[in-house]
Amino acid sequence: MIVNRNKLSLLERLYIPALWGGFKVTLKHFLNTLPFVGKKGPVTMQYPEQKWTVPEGYRGAPYLVKDQDDRTKCVSCQLCEFVCPPKAIRITPPGPEVNPEVGNVEKRPEQFEINMLRCIFCGYCQEVCPEEAIFLQQDYSLTGESREEMIYGIDKLLELGGTHNDRIQKWRKKKEEAEAQAAHGH
Amino acid sequence: MEFFNQLSPGWQLTIVAAIKVVGVMAVLLPMIAYSVMAERRVSALIQDRVGPNRVGPFGLLQPLADGLKSFLKEDYTPAHVHKFYYTLAPAIAMVPAFLTFAVIPFGSTLGGSEKMVIADLNVGILYTFGIVSLSVYGIVLAGYASNSKYPFLGGIRSSAQMISYEIAMGMAVIPVFMFVGSLNLSDIIQAQSGSLFDWMAFKSPMTFLSFFIFLVAVFAETNRHPFDMPECETELVAGYHSEYSSMRFALFFLGEYAAMIAGSALIVTVFFGGWTLPIAGLNLPAHSFLSGLLHIGIFIGKIAFFMLVMIWVRWMLPRFRYDQLMDLGWRRFLPLALANILATAIWLFAAN
Repeated sequence: MIVNRNKLSLLERLYIPALWGGFKVTLKHFLNTLPFVGKKGPVTMQYPEQKWTVPEGYRGAPYLVKDQDDRTKCVSCQLCEFVCPPKAIRITPPGPEVNPEVGNVEKRPEQFEINMLRCIFCGYCQEVCPEEAIFLQQDYSLTGESREEMIYGIDKLLELGGTHNDRIQKWRKKKEEAEAQAAHGH
Repeated sequence: MEFFNQLSPGWQLTIVAAIKVVGVMAVLLPMIAYSVMAERRVSALIQDRVGPNRVGPFGLLQPLADGLKSFLKEDYTPAHVHKFYYTLAPAIAMVPAFLTFAVIPFGSTLGGSEKMVIADLNVGILYTFGIVSLSVYGIVLAGYASNSKYPFLGGIRSSAQMISYEIAMGMAVIPVFMFVGSLNLSDIIQAQSGSLFDWMAFKSPMTFLSFFIFLVAVFAETNRHPFDMPECETELVAGYHSEYSSMRFALFFLGEYAAMIAGSALIVTVFFGGWTLPIAGLNLPAHSFLSGLLHIGIFIGKIAFFMLVMIWVRWMLPRFRYDQLMDLGWRRFLPLALANILATAIWLFAAN
């Protein structure tokens, strides 16, 4: 490629138009951004005060979810623990135990910990979960004052995760079946 | 006071000078700190940003935080440097900028007869040029002592650049001395104390040209954009101070801004009437303490204006290429300054 170098006029060679042009542009931006006076204000986001709204489908921190009947959906299969590349997840399974209030899932985990300092937000846990119990949600800026604080336990994860609107509701059907069987006296 | 009068004149001079030095430093160091702050805020506004606004109200305590940070950082000396020169260079870079202030009249009097200048040399401006040319050694030494390619290139560039522009700078002010007839900076201010058109920048076309060349040369001497060849982030990482960290780096920074303030002070003194203002009798030496302070305030205000110009120009122009820089210095400004001297001589001869 050949870049043509046009011959500059005398005025251009004196840098005067360049100086004036530079001054105009900088003055325009300066006055636009000046506090209290400027019309536009800064283009940058004033981070801790203003926060970025993440787009739909954003993969932030993974949290556990409950279904509509307030069941913990996780069944302690430990697939996510196994697949997790940075080994951020630790699950303590208690064995079969049913929550008397909602007729819970089988093998509700006793403890489910995600070390958010290790988590890389890769989304493999969400991908691998057979129960749709863990989702990468919108949080991207997690802070804490100690390492221990950054290990999120099951209660915190469920609270942050909220409710997932489950269309299949497998465990509700299982509960209804069990109730029906109990009623027929089998 | 009686004790003071009993001392020998030599001691009296020493004590008075020491008080002035302390006073000047007490004003100068915060000025340096806050010009860094101003640079960051103005740059931010020009780039549609906000700049540092977290520390204190409106971020006004940011310079303190910066200074504290510099002290707390690890002072690391790389293994490959020449240790002695490496340690010496930041000090050499900083000292000349401060020394320049010794001859600059920063006010008239404070009511008494004592002139507000640390050393009223009758070769003031020559002293300044002598000292300013020393500041290149700090940079060259830093580049040499760092023993690494980018600082080395930065040092080489700076030596060539500063030497070239020093000549243009020295030649540029000669017409002013031809008008005034003295090298003493106090006399130069005296000569400009009449009206606005006695200010050297507006006195005649020749002195305006002098001012312009001097201004550009000051930019080159203080390594400011568009002549910041020795630093030149995009090409040389950080130039001569690439290998420095912590307080040593801060000393370079301090020296650079002190040099900017010194340059502004020189421009103000030589071309813009120093502490005078041609309204309300402010062009005459002060008779009371308050008007003396007002004169110092005017001087600082004028310096602040030129600091703003220096900060602003940084965003107006792209960096010059090295050969363009040399071309401008040697083949444009030097002949122009020489022709300017001749024109001034003819003008003065015709006027008489």
